[in-house]
Amino acid sequence: MLTSLARSALTRAQPIISIAARPSSTRTLWSSLRRSFATEVDQSGDTFHIRFRDNDFASHKCEPIPLEATTTKKELVDLFRTMVAIRYLESACDQAYKSKLIRGFCHLSTGQEAVAAGMEAAITKEDAIITAYRCHGFALTRGQSATAIIAELMGKETGSSKGKGGSMHIFGPEFYGGNGIVGAQVPLGAGVALAQKYMGLNAMTFSLYGDGAANQGQVFEAYNMAKLWDLPVAFVCENNLYGMGTSAARAAASTQYYTRGDYIPGIRVNGRDALAVKAGCTYARDWTLSGKGPIVMEMVTYRYGGHSMSDPGTTYRTREEIQNMRSNSDPITGHKQRLEEFGVLSAEEMKAIEKEIRAEIDQAVKDAKAAREPDVKELYTEIYCKGTEPVRARGCAPDEVHTY
Amino acid sequence: MSSLRLLARATPVNRSTPFASIARRGLATPAKHQVSIVTGATLSNLLDGDGEEIYEIVDRGKVRDALNQAMEEEMRRDEKVFLLGEEVAQYNGAYKVSRGLLDKFGAKRVIDTPITEMGFTGIAVGAALKGLKPICEFMTFNFAMQAIDQIVNSAAKTKYMSGGTVECPIVFRGPNGAAAGVGAQHSQCYAAWYGSVPGLKVVSPWNAEDAKGLLKAAIRDPNPVVVLENELMYGVEFPVSEEVLKDDFVIEIGKAKVEKEGKDITIVAHSKAVGESIAAAEQLEKEGIKVEVINLRSIRPLDIDTIVKSVKKTNHLVTVEGGWPQFGVGSEIAAQVLESEAFDHLDAPVLRVTGADIPTPYAKNLEEFAFPRVETIVKTVRKSLERKQ
Repeated sequence: MLTSLARSALTRAQPIISIAARPSSTRTLWSSLRRSFATEVDQSGDTFHIRFRDNDFASHKCEPIPLEATTTKKELVDLFRTMVAIRYLESACDQAYKSKLIRGFCHLSTGQEAVAAGMEAAITKEDAIITAYRCHGFALTRGQSATAIIAELMGKETGSSKGKGGSMHIFGPEFYGGNGIVGAQVPLGAGVALAQKYMGLNAMTFSLYGDGAANQGQVFEAYNMAKLWDLPVAFVCENNLYGMGTSAARAAASTQYYTRGDYIPGIRVNGRDALAVKAGCTYARDWTLSGKGPIVMEMVTYRYGGHSMSDPGTTYRTREEIQNMRSNSDPITGHKQRLEEFGVLSAEEMKAIEKEIRAEIDQAVKDAKAAREPDVKELYTEIYCKGTEPVRARGCAPDEVHTY
Repeated sequence: MSSLRLLARATPVNRSTPFASIARRGLATPAKHQVSIVTGATLSNLLDGDGEEIYEIVDRGKVRDALNQAMEEEMRRDEKVFLLGEEVAQYNGAYKVSRGLLDKFGAKRVIDTPITEMGFTGIAVGAALKGLKPICEFMTFNFAMQAIDQIVNSAAKTKYMSGGTVECPIVFRGPNGAAAGVGAQHSQCYAAWYGSVPGLKVVSPWNAEDAKGLLKAAIRDPNPVVVLENELMYGVEFPVSEEVLKDDFVIEIGKAKVEKEGKDITIVAHSKAVGESIAAAEQLEKEGIKVEVINLRSIRPLDIDTIVKSVKKTNHLVTVEGGWPQFGVGSEIAAQVLESEAFDHLDAPVLRVTGADIPTPYAKNLEEFAFPRVETIVKTVRKSLERKQ
């Protein structure tokens, strides 16, 4: 897959970057090129017609995604704002973690912003999303406030889960987390879709997992049942090329994740371009809601940081590779170029927006820092639904008993 | 189960009736004023002309019928309740517990799954997170080990991890523990494993009344509930009162039941072991030992208050279960009793009767020694009371 992509990209007369991966095999990374984002074809008022590149999409057992699409000024600006907010949110979490205000696990999605932003632009509030632990961006796009997210990571009572869940357990309206067990969220997502179909809702579910989780058995069990029962679920592999410290090629006999659904059609999407993500998600949404059952998606993307805050991310990747990804295909940089070329926002306007969002995130960090930790009595609350608790709960010693 | 009500005169249960023979096997006990119609001929057997008391004869039903009735009633009551599992629909249930439900409710609400426990349990939990009320059947809880991550990590812990914002109203049910001749991989008891998990409720019905009341309560409960049934009990008939036959009959989860009152020693048991315990109690009664038998009904929450109250009265405690001895239900009861005010009332150590600490053997004679027999309970009671044979 990668080699043929590389070949097609060669027609653009720019070299494909070939990275020597450890140990010593040569690998060609799928890498976008400078000015690689979908360029304007023509503009009419506030609507823009764009044309994607050939290798922005690939399809397996389904019609290809049309390379022509339209977008609006509002949509372009919203995508910009969303991606910047996610970027700054993750940056704030990074700093807070290094200041020891956040502890335990913290998995940042810096570099992958286009997936969350593009997906949200394609769906409604009734559709559902579920993902694994790299969930901060989705929590934000689904409607959790930055304050609630950061407070949750800081273990404060104003956190989205009252400080009792942490980074991996952030939920929101039609956002089912935030899940800590690799792969477990995939059948959960199929179950949400089953419920949507059962209830007769005009809604579907995006069930996300990484390239590492894509090899889990329960993913294939979910594929099978979703196809058998025509569940309105899009299985989305967020392929950032590494499962923790293991490159995709070292973990998967087939890295063509969009084809791994076999009898389920699949599409591969350039996950670094928010508009391409939106187009892919629109396609997937329409597919699942038209009674065709499930679809598999692969968003090819990249994370600049390590797997988590405990991982520098440089022992299994070269700094050169990371830098190349930043320079050549950053979702926000590419989108800003587009905004400028289309005349949607000037450089000053973009700076102003960035400053505004930076201030919002800074305020959110301030508010989260100032919040209190949960009251100690919260140890025993929310284990069971209110009114259905047992008589008492035991603490660490026989005399530590909480009575409900 | 139909609802007959007939008044007749009868003596206290005659030992020679078919019903009495069931009682002897320790599988059922007539309540003080209940007599049951087993077959049409039995009624005349029971009446021997000299009885002075008038009994209300009520109906009886098998445990599987009770479970079936519970699910049917709850599915009628709430459209969000649905059943999924292997063979639950077209096959009418591997053990016929879901017989007739597909015909009554259709394929949307009674779903046959492939043999993929981890996947379909995850799907069931996801549906519950979205707001449906799934009943997730495992053909046996041995197979649920494939899915235990979804039960514990996706279902049990979610309410807490989400700060209360996400709920999971799901029931996991199926046969648990010993069957007959099915070998080690198909005979394990999971009461201790699930019973240790905060966020779960775990119930273990013994008779038909338990089965119906606890399963209905479990379905109505907004928390994830594990219902540990027992395959050997599915076909056992029990008398049930008119109240049990009503469609609002629910047993409170977390409350044990004193099946038989006594003053000399307390036996606490759950599931099939309750029957054996009652049989042991009846045998000991002939020697003048009055055994109090407590049917736990719920593993979690464990009704320690009822146990403590009983031990304060009898001063002796024996626990009985089918599961393995180490880190088991009896171990937990003993620990909690020792930490409670009942400790000062004990005249003997708490003794546990459990399954043997071995994988279950297949040969019939060996399998019989792998699980508690009535004799095992009787001798352990004697040991506690230090009575000679």
